[in-house]
Amino acid sequence: MQNLGIRAIFEGKNFHRIFEGLFVTVEIAFISIIIACLLGIIIGLSRTTKSKPILIINKVYLELFRIIPTLVWLFVFYFGVTTALNVDLSGKVVSIIVFSLWGAAEMGDIVRGALQSLPRHQIESGKALGLSYFGLYRYVLVPQAIRRMLPGTINLATRMVKTTSLVVLIGVIDVVKVGQQIIESSRFTFPTASFWVYGFIFILYFIICYPLSQISKKLETKWNA
Amino acid sequence: MECLGVITMDKNNNTILLNIEDIHKEFDNTEVLKGVSLSLHKGEVLVVLGPSGCGKSTLLRCLNGLEKIQSGDIKFKDKSLTQKNTDWQEIRAKIGMVFQNYDLFPHLTVIENILLGPLKVQKRDKTEALTQAEQLLERVGLLDRKNAYPRQLSGGQKQRIAIVRALCMNPEIILFDEVTASLDPEVVREVLDVILGLAKQGMTMVIVTHEMGFARSVADRIVFMDQGKICETSKPDEFFTSPKTERAQHFLNIFQY
Repeated sequence: MQNLGIRAIFEGKNFHRIFEGLFVTVEIAFISIIIACLLGIIIGLSRTTKSKPILIINKVYLELFRIIPTLVWLFVFYFGVTTALNVDLSGKVVSIIVFSLWGAAEMGDIVRGALQSLPRHQIESGKALGLSYFGLYRYVLVPQAIRRMLPGTINLATRMVKTTSLVVLIGVIDVVKVGQQIIESSRFTFPTASFWVYGFIFILYFIICYPLSQISKKLETKWNA
Repeated sequence: MECLGVITMDKNNNTILLNIEDIHKEFDNTEVLKGVSLSLHKGEVLVVLGPSGCGKSTLLRCLNGLEKIQSGDIKFKDKSLTQKNTDWQEIRAKIGMVFQNYDLFPHLTVIENILLGPLKVQKRDKTEALTQAEQLLERVGLLDRKNAYPRQLSGGQKQRIAIVRALCMNPEIILFDEVTASLDPEVVREVLDVILGLAKQGMTMVIVTHEMGFARSVADRIVFMDQGKICETSKPDEFFTSPKTERAQHFLNIFQY
């Protein structure tokens, strides 16, 4: 029988290691997404004010994370900030910080866009009922904004999951890195390993991201019903 | 007709609910209200007429604080509404408003729309508020739609729900801002009938409309505005048969083919 590369995945502890790597990927992505959502909501709400300084700070923050590649941010924090402040941060912590900040900037923009896209009438008819500012947001604006935020948020979440593959470059052993190691160590025993290992990782990413878009589809149809 | 949550009042009762004294309002240096004075008695139906841009909608919006006035004073039951510490939330619960675009909250069902104010603003008992809401819905013939979402309703139905939503707060005054302007002609009537019913019950109302026939039948007094000022105030029959000012005559001529 042909020497099938697929066996590289199950050789020794490889299978187990791939899932360890996957766990690192999911951990960084998941924690960052949660922090990004929470921070993003605060940022988004703050961007609906009329206060110029707050708007400018937010704008600069958002643009910095949009213009500068995420990889550069990872380097800036991992090599630059840690030495400048003389703190010792692991690659994983740096990854979570950078992904959270990036996600929060984008999330803030999604929240702002959703709030501002609501018709002005909604605010007025809420006020006309005697709702307080808090009540207006709590019962009228935020529930409607969430529905509008959903597609953008899911899109951002899947982008964040995928972009975690960059953390390899600051020494974090994620699922892609484990894959590389397996391929390299089995170069002679299973020459076709790269196809199978990367193929397997492809499926793993798909398994993480696909449910996200399914959930968003479900919720959208439910809310539009 | 049975009175449901609406205070029935003798129209000869002379209590002044709202007193507007020489109010001025400008947007970006354009003066929209140039000194408007008016008083509204309890149980009175005031209809404000006038060409587009004459400031009638703005006047209405100043009355519940959606627009801030630059000078003058508005008194609601002898309490000035132009103070820094005016509690607009409390006032708005007493001065209801229905808008042109029947702005129901699209993410809430009909009954949730109606109960939002009574439960969250007035903190009323749920069963009691629900009973009132259902009675009001029945009166406008929409009780069977109470669990529908706004998007499942026609324009006329939405506007009737919006009126019920305002009524369920048990307001002392309701402001109607061109509530039939964006409706199809065939459903205008069902909305106007509801307002006419309220008038018969003695609800105090200020109505901005372009429906002349309706204005004539519902109004106790007609206020004609032009260019940010009140040109004349008359009894409806007087206004429509022999308007005092030339501008009002001109305005009425436009509506006759």
